[in-house]
Amino acid sequence: MDYIQQQFVQIFGTEWGSMLFSLMTNLVLIFAIVVPLLLGVAYLTFAERKIIAYMQARVGPNRVTFFGISWLRGWGQPIADAVKAIMKEIVIPTGANKTLFILAPILTFMPALAAWAVIPFSPELVLSDINAGLLYILAMTSMGIYGIIIAGWASNSKYAFLGAMRSAAQVVSYELAMGFALVCVLMMSQSLNLGDIVKGQQGDSFLNWYLIPLFPMFLVYLISGVAETNRAPFDVAEGESEIVAGFHVDYSGMAFTVFFLAEYSNMILVAALTSILFLGGWLPPVDVAPLNLIPGFIWLLLKMMFILFFFLWFRATFPRYRYDQIMRLGWKIFIPITLVWIVLLGLIMQLPESIRDEFPLTIWF
Amino acid sequence: MNFQDLIFYFFSAILVVSALGVITVRNPVYSALLLVVAFVSCAGLWLLLEAEFLAIALVLVYVGAVMVLFLFVVMMLDINLDQLREGFWKWFPFGALIALILVGEMSMVLMGKYFGLEEMPEPSSQGIDYNNTRELGRLIYTEYAYPFELAAVLLLVAMVAAIALTLRHREDKKSLNPSKQVQVRKQDRIRIVAMPSEKKE
Repeated sequence: MDYIQQQFVQIFGTEWGSMLFSLMTNLVLIFAIVVPLLLGVAYLTFAERKIIAYMQARVGPNRVTFFGISWLRGWGQPIADAVKAIMKEIVIPTGANKTLFILAPILTFMPALAAWAVIPFSPELVLSDINAGLLYILAMTSMGIYGIIIAGWASNSKYAFLGAMRSAAQVVSYELAMGFALVCVLMMSQSLNLGDIVKGQQGDSFLNWYLIPLFPMFLVYLISGVAETNRAPFDVAEGESEIVAGFHVDYSGMAFTVFFLAEYSNMILVAALTSILFLGGWLPPVDVAPLNLIPGFIWLLLKMMFILFFFLWFRATFPRYRYDQIMRLGWKIFIPITLVWIVLLGLIMQLPESIRDEFPLTIWF
Repeated sequence: MNFQDLIFYFFSAILVVSALGVITVRNPVYSALLLVVAFVSCAGLWLLLEAEFLAIALVLVYVGAVMVLFLFVVMMLDINLDQLREGFWKWFPFGALIALILVGEMSMVLMGKYFGLEEMPEPSSQGIDYNNTRELGRLIYTEYAYPFELAAVLLLVAMVAAIALTLRHREDKKSLNPSKQVQVRKQDRIRIVAMPSEKKE
């Protein structure tokens, strides 16, 4: 690494050389995050189809395999799907606004990937360790909605437009509850840095995780996360039984696949964030010998899979919410709960120490 | 020119071009989207100034919430540009006057004795532990608590006014009461009647 840096400095001069070198290393690191993420997305679709199939007493994809190995049956399905999507034609409707029509899937996908920059995979493993990490995540996830709105408008179709309108109102409503739930987390951790938030949950066991003192916020965050990613039972933006496919009704081939990728990478992002904010990130559940020898990255991955299973489980079991019920849940239930919890948390944190010691609150505050 | 200057000129160029686009482009949806681009590149400039909280808050509040609702409205409008341009020359002197006043005010501030490179020295770069967010929070809740509360009250008044303007109690609206729905018992709704089976002849 030092040798390459010296070469850069020699060619481009001291200042430019080191800047370009850090640009290059960052690009390599970005690829190191994005490529496994996209593979994860591919196999998340496979897991979804398999898990929902078994929940509905079916078998799910069980044909495509690698090199004819029989016990890998079905595992080639995501790869085959990707190849199919690439081969298909991207149809652009005549009445559509061409520039925005092409731009929309990219705008949906970009923030879903950009937010991964601040996710800490283990104490050392993080692309950019900025001290406003949580805010950055909120800002990036709130930008994902543009792709959906623009797609709905640029398609020049009634169904697509209805889907975009529904999605815009829904995401803006649930962002508030989500933000308030995160305010509780940062009151506990007193830091916006995601690494510091995980370090604040360090202790002997899972009792130190923010899951226990902030349990209602965990539920609010998880459900708002499902709503933000437009997943069932909050999938009114697609609503295939009402408005065909909502905002992406006119998209085909790779353009559609990019929307699909964005949805699933957002799901993985929400799962990663829930694990980091409430389930102690890379920390083992109990800090004893066999468990704390496993690398932190594995623990984070296991927690993410646990949360992702919930996403698939929700989709398999719940019928779609009606639109007014979605709005009622967001505005009249979640926001009051979170506001009450913020006030309660502030009161507990300001309690005099003598009173606080009487209750078993000392491991969190 | 070093690397930071290059980034500065890059963001500034995008900012100026997109800001011009906001007022010159014919399609209102394009203007709204160009305003989003302007906000994002402005946030990039603030990041260069090491004001990360303000930069991210700009993206979060204006790009993530305000402009989404703006687009929401603009997309549903059916704007006829010919109609919009009808009174252009009639209102031009009035608009020009307002623009002149604005330019005058801005030049008074920017060219006054309180502004300029001599009055405002180059901000020194802070250490790596310096936390912009913490400093802002400290200032807002200690030194500027009173103006901050005033701004909050102003927003609250605006919110109450907006709700009061749109809240109408309609008699004919159909709405469900979910707590009532949940409380329903089987015996309230159905009656099981035992009927003797009829004999076949």
